[in-house]
Amino acid sequence: MFKTQKEEKQIRSRHILSLLMENETGALSRVSGLFSQRGYNIESLTVAPTDDPTLSRMTLVTKGNDASVEQIVKQLNKLIDIVKVMELSDYSHIEREIMFVKVAATNMESCASIKRMADIFRANVIDVKNKMYTIEITGRPDKLDGFLETMEEHKIIEVVRSGAMGITRGSNALKV
Amino acid sequence: MKLSGAEIFIECLKAENVDTIFGYPGGAVLFLYDELYKAEARGDIRHILARHEQGAVHGAEGYAKSTDKPGVAIVTSGPGATNAVTGIADAYMDSVPLVVITGQVPLGLIGKDSFQEIDIVGITRPCVKHNFLVTSIEDIAPTMKKAFHIAMSGRPGPVLVDIPKDLTNPDVDKIEFNYPKELKMRSYQPTIKGNKKQIRTALKMIAEAKKPILYAGGGVVSAKAHKELTEFGQAFNFPVTNTLMGLGTYPSNDKQYIGMLGMHGTFEANRTMHHADLIICIGARFDDRVTGDLNKFSPNAKVIHIDIDPASISKNINAHNPIVGDVKEVLNSLFDIMKEEKIKPNKSAFDAWWKEIKEWQSVNCLAYDQDDKIIKAQYVVEKLWEVTNGDSYVASDVGQHQMFAAQYYKFNKPNRWINSGGLGTMGFGLPAAMGVQLAHPEEVVSVVTGDGSIQMCIQELGTCKQYDLPLNIINLNNGYLGMVRQWQEFFYEERYAMTYNQSLPDFVKLAEAYGHVGARIEKPADVEGALREAIKDTKRLHFLDFVVEEQGNVYPMIPAGYGHNEMYLNKQDAIDDMNGKK
Repeated sequence: MFKTQKEEKQIRSRHILSLLMENETGALSRVSGLFSQRGYNIESLTVAPTDDPTLSRMTLVTKGNDASVEQIVKQLNKLIDIVKVMELSDYSHIEREIMFVKVAATNMESCASIKRMADIFRANVIDVKNKMYTIEITGRPDKLDGFLETMEEHKIIEVVRSGAMGITRGSNALKV
Repeated sequence: MKLSGAEIFIECLKAENVDTIFGYPGGAVLFLYDELYKAEARGDIRHILARHEQGAVHGAEGYAKSTDKPGVAIVTSGPGATNAVTGIADAYMDSVPLVVITGQVPLGLIGKDSFQEIDIVGITRPCVKHNFLVTSIEDIAPTMKKAFHIAMSGRPGPVLVDIPKDLTNPDVDKIEFNYPKELKMRSYQPTIKGNKKQIRTALKMIAEAKKPILYAGGGVVSAKAHKELTEFGQAFNFPVTNTLMGLGTYPSNDKQYIGMLGMHGTFEANRTMHHADLIICIGARFDDRVTGDLNKFSPNAKVIHIDIDPASISKNINAHNPIVGDVKEVLNSLFDIMKEEKIKPNKSAFDAWWKEIKEWQSVNCLAYDQDDKIIKAQYVVEKLWEVTNGDSYVASDVGQHQMFAAQYYKFNKPNRWINSGGLGTMGFGLPAAMGVQLAHPEEVVSVVTGDGSIQMCIQELGTCKQYDLPLNIINLNNGYLGMVRQWQEFFYEERYAMTYNQSLPDFVKLAEAYGHVGARIEKPADVEGALREAIKDTKRLHFLDFVVEEQGNVYPMIPAGYGHNEMYLNKQDAIDDMNGKK
């Protein structure tokens, strides 16, 4: 089936944006404020200073059609504290997220199953105490989703996700 | 020599050639006011004391909108700062270059819910171009430099600088003053020059067009590109329409001018827009009051959009040819390319198109009947235009009177029309006019307002007295919040919820109480005389309270959700539409 232009407009796909911004107080709230003011959605957002301490690097995942994401990029560029914006989805790129999951094992069998699943997903058990397993896992967000699904048969106590971060492959770089 | 923070602040204003600053004192700005007091005594800077912080900021806006300088306002922390927010938001929506200085509680008291503490940087974040909280005395000068640079460059806008009280205290610290000469910000470099390839494409699109329209807005005022716009329009024989914010950028007495477009624009401008095959948008932003329903907007047109703000392009209407840059620069490089490539526009290329437009013009959509009993608001504005030879500065508030002023006062020059377009701020007119008069003491400045709007900043009559500002206040008094009442008449079955202005003051006595001249005009025959008398008096403010038709409406009108081809030209159209006869 072909889609009409109107339907095409409504397709909301996932976009991952990388930002370099001045490491100033308030810069983060300018970005998050922009999203709430203009009704854009934020799926995840992660930010930390770079090797240059005057700059922060942010990775932001949003959903929207192409026109709305183009508008988001323009509005971000308009913020005075933003130095550069790059839509990573336009480039060949690597994307990772880190997650901690704390799971309660109910019996010996579930202990083994947790360990086995962790191995399959190349996750690490980083703490065990009182049948509480804390697992660290890194990967693309969908891999983390998959791992969480397998853990559902156990008792999930706590989940901490970092939000996605990304970098381009090869010589493309987001630099000042 | 070492200077205190407050002294540094004054030196920064001097370095930026600020001669007038609007404000209202308070606890957190006492040290700054102490230095302002000395600066005024030296004749360096004039401070205008408004009667409310909102008035101070609107005053600064009027000053900026009527000159090519930024407006500067200073207010105290807490309520002083929150009162300024409406003015700041107004400046943001209409791209007015402002630097607003707010006092803040001392650094050590921030975050402790101190007396008159408010996070004004947080509050204003969505309605400023940028804002700063200064956290050290060393930062005052560089921050002020950045503030003026950001406010004035690119797409202009308001910048707020929040200065904690202790940084201005001479007993706390003094440092050497150094005002940065040059400023380079890696994160802020507006695009000024337009892309030549895109401009060439624009010329090709124009050559292929049969039904073009030139649609110019407030960006032309900001860029001071009215001459270039006129030259461009006349070279190609385009029909030209202005937005509310762009009035005066193209001379309205030119034969190619087809009036303002949009919700209360002319029939011919909206029809021309609707049937166009090429829209050349210059310094405008396809605001919803211009476009009506986006799905019905100009269905067959290609769009060339020239604007300094990339985010304004393809936001509401997709641009086939986006050209980012200062509109003056872009038009000048377009002229250069025309010379290089020896492009001679064919002046008769659009003759057939003009024939269609002339027919729409013949509807004469702004016609009205003035009898000898009840004054029509339109008539007052038209007379004001006559009496002032079309050359008054006109500040307006928001509502029906604003639309009448936009429709019936024909501006031929930019910067003459001072109104609140984007935010639609009632109470804007009077304080903005003060700013205009202070910037142009010898010129005629009129305020077109209504009985609702004027009461929202009426306290500024006191400021006008203090500084002897001979404004002409044209109060179109119909006893209603007219624009809201009009909507209630059309769309809420005439249920006039809270739109009747009960207990209006006696405006004549009110004006007199403030030391001005007041007059009440009730007969059409007295309109012109009253206006002439007010304009003639260059010493005193005249408050003319015109008793106008109670339930008059603004026509033409595109109701919300309608297209440019679905206008009401009169009450019958509205009734027919409501009865489903259309």
